[in-house]
This record gives sequence, structure tokens and C-alpha cells, in this order.
Amino acid sequence: MDTTTTQGQLDLAFVLLFYALPLVGLVVFGGVGIITERRHYASIRQREQTGRRIPMVPVRTHDPDQVVVESRLVSASVVISLDYFKRFLASLRNIFGGRVRSYETLMDRARREVILRLQAQCPNADMVLNFRLETSSIANTRGKKGAGGVEVLAYGTMVRFAAPGTTPPPLH
Amino acid sequence: MNDLLLTNLETVPGRRIIEHYGLVSGSTVRAKNVGRDIAASLKNLVGGELKGYTELLAEARNEAVLRMNAQAAAMGANAVVNVRFSTSSVAQGAAELYVYGTAVRVE
Repeated sequence: MDTTTTQGQLDLAFVLLFYALPLVGLVVFGGVGIITERRHYASIRQREQTGRRIPMVPVRTHDPDQVVVESRLVSASVVISLDYFKRFLASLRNIFGGRVRSYETLMDRARREVILRLQAQCPNADMVLNFRLETSSIANTRGKKGAGGVEVLAYGTMVRFAAPGTTPPPLH
Repeated sequence: MNDLLLTNLETVPGRRIIEHYGLVSGSTVRAKNVGRDIAASLKNLVGGELKGYTELLAEARNEAVLRMNAQAAAMGANAVVNVRFSTSSVAQGAAELYVYGTAVRVE
């Protein structure tokens, strides 16, 4: 009789370990993931409102009347990944198809973050020319199974114009 | 080497190109290290920025740019125009960061 109860306890432990633990994981990691995302969005919105807006344009030319005093290549990048719960939701989406909202917000966060970082790198720029955004999937931590993360890279040429009426800087 | 003017435009704004030296490039292949991989896989559970990877890739990209700059400087260039970045995964867990452009001399 004593052995059967031990057996029963073992079975219960087994069931808990294999079925309940992943569920707990989903809830816990998903919860932390949601908090992380909310915080990130709050920070993005705050920085977008308070930061100085520099026009970032995909064109390659600027007004020829403007005198350029400084120009250099600037770049910024971020690697960001989904939480366990959202990745699970995305894998469910794979079965039925349709919008994968969790990945949409991930890409949105990454792009907005990277734009903010690029702007932080050239606070005195008047314009960023030939602005490019590139995405690559990077962190496949568990082989093909891990959804991993994405890297978003932003780069462009910052230019700073002279104040109107000033003479061009000496070229060297 | 570091005072090279880099731009992803065809010209350097405000300056005139007086000589073209042709294509220069730099590349580096990086593997993620075990420590960072473990930290990243933990971070992968809760999502968010994988700072270790962001740094790793930024460092690697800098390295590639430095190699390109060295090549350009050796040619006698003082600027590199039309700079492009590209990333490709060459093997499981390793990525190649490649940067290329046209070495030029500006006034």
C-alpha cells in the first residue's frame, strides 16, 4: 500500500513537471514579457516626444544653396527578441495563418528604438540623408527551433548646414 | 585611419571628389560566445533587447569598418563614399558582417 502511494505521487510529480511547468513558464515569462514591452513602449513614446526631431530622408541630395559644414556616416542597431508566451502564440498562428501581431509589435519597437538611437548619435545634425533601415534575423539560440531575435540596423549620412549668410568652411 | 570621411552618398556633401580609387571592403565573421549565448537564451524567455548581441554586432561592424578604412588609407584615399553594410549568416551561430564602398580623394 505504501508503494502505491509513492507511485501515485511520482505520477503526479511527473504530470506536474511535464504539463504544468511549461504552463507556469508561459504565464510567468509572458507576464514579464508584457511588462517589458509596456516599459519599452513608454520609454519610446517619451523619447519620441521630448527628443529633437531630425528629418531622416531616403533621398541622396540636399538643397545646393545650403553650405555643409559637417557630414559623416552614422549608424545604430538593436537586437531584440520575443518572449516565450508570444513566441508560443506566433507558433499557433503558424497553423492557421493570418496576422502575427506579436511580431508586428516587435518589429515596430525595434525600428522606433533604432531611429531614436540614431538621432541620439547626431544631436546637432540638420538632416540625415540616404537613411536606410535593414533587418536581419540573428539570434537562433536553439538551432532551427528557437525563433530568436531580429537585428535592425539604421544608417545614413548626417549633415550639418552653416547658418545662413556665413562663408563656406575651408576645405582641406 | 580613423579620420577618413565616410558617407553612404555618392558624393561627400560640400566637397568635390578629385580622384577615385575603386572598391574597398572589410569583413569579419563572428560567432556568439557561450556566455553571451546563455545570457541571451535566458533573455529570450522574457523578450526584450538582447544587449549582449547588440554590442557584439556593433563591435564586429566597427571592426569591419576599420578594415575597410585601412584598405582605403593604404590607397591614399581620404574618404569612402557609397558605404553599404550587409549581414549574412555563414554558419549556425556565426554571422558575417561586411561593409564596402568606393575609396576616393576629396579636396
